[in-house]
Amino acid sequence: MSEQESLRETQEIALENGVFETRVTKKYLQRKPYEKDDPRVIKALIPGCVAEIHATVGQPVRQGDTLMILEAMKMLNRIKAPQDGTVKAISVAAGQKITKGQVLIELG
Amino acid sequence: MSFMQRIVDFFSRKSVVTKGGGDKAISKQKAGGKMTARERIGALLDEGSFQEYDLFVEHKCQDFGMAGKELAADGVVTGSGTINGRPVCIYAQDFTVAGGSLGLMHARKITKVMDHAIKMGVPIIGINDSGGARIQEGVNSLAGYGEIFYRNTLASGVVPQISVILGPCAGGAVYSPALTDFVFVVDQISKMFITGPEVVKTVLGEEISMEDLGGARVQAETAGNAHFFSNSELECFEQIRTLVSYLPDNNRAKAAIIEQKKPKASYKIEELIPKDSKIPFDVRDIVRAIVDDSEFFEVQELFAPNAIIGFARIEGETVGIIGNQALFLAGVLDIDASDKIARFIRFCDAFSIPLLTLMDIPGYLPGSDQEHNGVIRHGAKVLYAYSEASVPKITVILRKAYGGGYIAMCSHHLRADFVFAWPTAEIAVMGPEGAANIIFRSEIMAAENPEEMRKLKVKEYTDKFANPYVAASSGYVDAVIPPEETRACIAHALKLTRNKEEIRPDRKHGVPPF
Repeated sequence: MSEQESLRETQEIALENGVFETRVTKKYLQRKPYEKDDPRVIKALIPGCVAEIHATVGQPVRQGDTLMILEAMKMLNRIKAPQDGTVKAISVAAGQKITKGQVLIELG
Repeated sequence: MSFMQRIVDFFSRKSVVTKGGGDKAISKQKAGGKMTARERIGALLDEGSFQEYDLFVEHKCQDFGMAGKELAADGVVTGSGTINGRPVCIYAQDFTVAGGSLGLMHARKITKVMDHAIKMGVPIIGINDSGGARIQEGVNSLAGYGEIFYRNTLASGVVPQISVILGPCAGGAVYSPALTDFVFVVDQISKMFITGPEVVKTVLGEEISMEDLGGARVQAETAGNAHFFSNSELECFEQIRTLVSYLPDNNRAKAAIIEQKKPKASYKIEELIPKDSKIPFDVRDIVRAIVDDSEFFEVQELFAPNAIIGFARIEGETVGIIGNQALFLAGVLDIDASDKIARFIRFCDAFSIPLLTLMDIPGYLPGSDQEHNGVIRHGAKVLYAYSEASVPKITVILRKAYGGGYIAMCSHHLRADFVFAWPTAEIAVMGPEGAANIIFRSEIMAAENPEEMRKLKVKEYTDKFANPYVAASSGYVDAVIPPEETRACIAHALKLTRNKEEIRPDRKHGVPPF
């Protein structure tokens, strides 16, 4: 069944006050379930280009240390360590273009 | 009854009711790290200033075993008092009485004190700590909420409205705070959501804790429903007292002008600006270098930090400050920042607080999530709010002023009364790299070494257009000023605009892109 067809079908939705037969929207179907953010996984909050990497795998870091410079929106944005830890993985390389939400660095 | 008997009787009645839900319920409240409703009012207001209303109000419910059941003060303490000597109206829900549940008389006590605040022109403060609707009272309880929401809307823009969430505030009850101007939350104590974690689990199968769904931090940081976050109730009350000090009592009054203080010497504007325009700096330091005593009272500090909003004073006069914060997301405008800025502008405009905008805007945040979630209509709120505002509007262009973002951040074109620009300002239709790629496309393509040519053209564009003088030559900038004269220029502008009047076409009301 195509997406368009499935949008025309009704389905059951359980709300606080009962179960209802209804059609749903594309936006509803595409909801993502909640995932608790892991502060050790540092993601890009803005699309851009990796200008410099200041960290190496295995390196211990302190909260607030600059790990990477991300050039985006005409600015050199500092990507800082959200907490103390060790650099477990660096998922990007200098010069690489990255999208919003892309994983940059993982701390262990 | 003799005179003495009557007096004794009065005190004994009073002592029963002021005990709220009784010792057991009170110790349970305290075990949760919470103060009682009366303690909260006592701690927030000037000592001994509280005048209570409607202590002896009783509920009228006869159903579901409620007949004859006594609920002290019907679960809410209401009245008036002072903050730094200025009168305010206040109510505090009492969780020790039937879980602070809202019934008809409970709601009537609240709406009475709200009506009072509107009529007398004083701020209204509501302390929320309630399990929700009193189910036994059925639709009368809903009517109670509806009456409160209606008055929140009537009072909007007439008197400052402050909501304090010191316990649960769930379901329909959340809409009173949402309609008010400022919402205060305390870590681990405040819980706000439309539907709780259990319903979320049944409907979506999502496992999420109450704290992660609607705790104080989430409301202040992610959802943006709360404006002030603190770690304790006492810290929260201190924040409220500070906020009130910046505000007028109502829309007919102006905020008090107090004795002016110079900014602290430790904030030197010329030392704060990075030499390279691509290096971010904390725009709040610029604010501190400009305002009285370097005191900046930030609103929504944790939400959308790529824009900053808040109150400060310049030569003793309250100003509402809005700035782009290059330290976060390069200072872009996105959906959250737009909402944050637009609402703040409307608050300031409603209460005659002049607006000072510190512009350093590289543009809007690109991306499908922004577009699909309606950045167009959210971004439009900023344009609407600035254009509509008739209070004095002063803009200082610090560095970047690119494209649509330049227009939006209170440019000359949206009727800023004064636009100042630092020599470091870059006012242009787009950034040099983007612009050069378009304008000199054919030349770059045709060149022997396109990359070299591109660099050359970027530099050419930068030299020619990334400055304040092109805009100044058209009169879009009133004055290019050295950064160290910023405070003096703003102070002069504030004096000049004090009696500003703006004539607008007649209408019932505009239709902002809500």
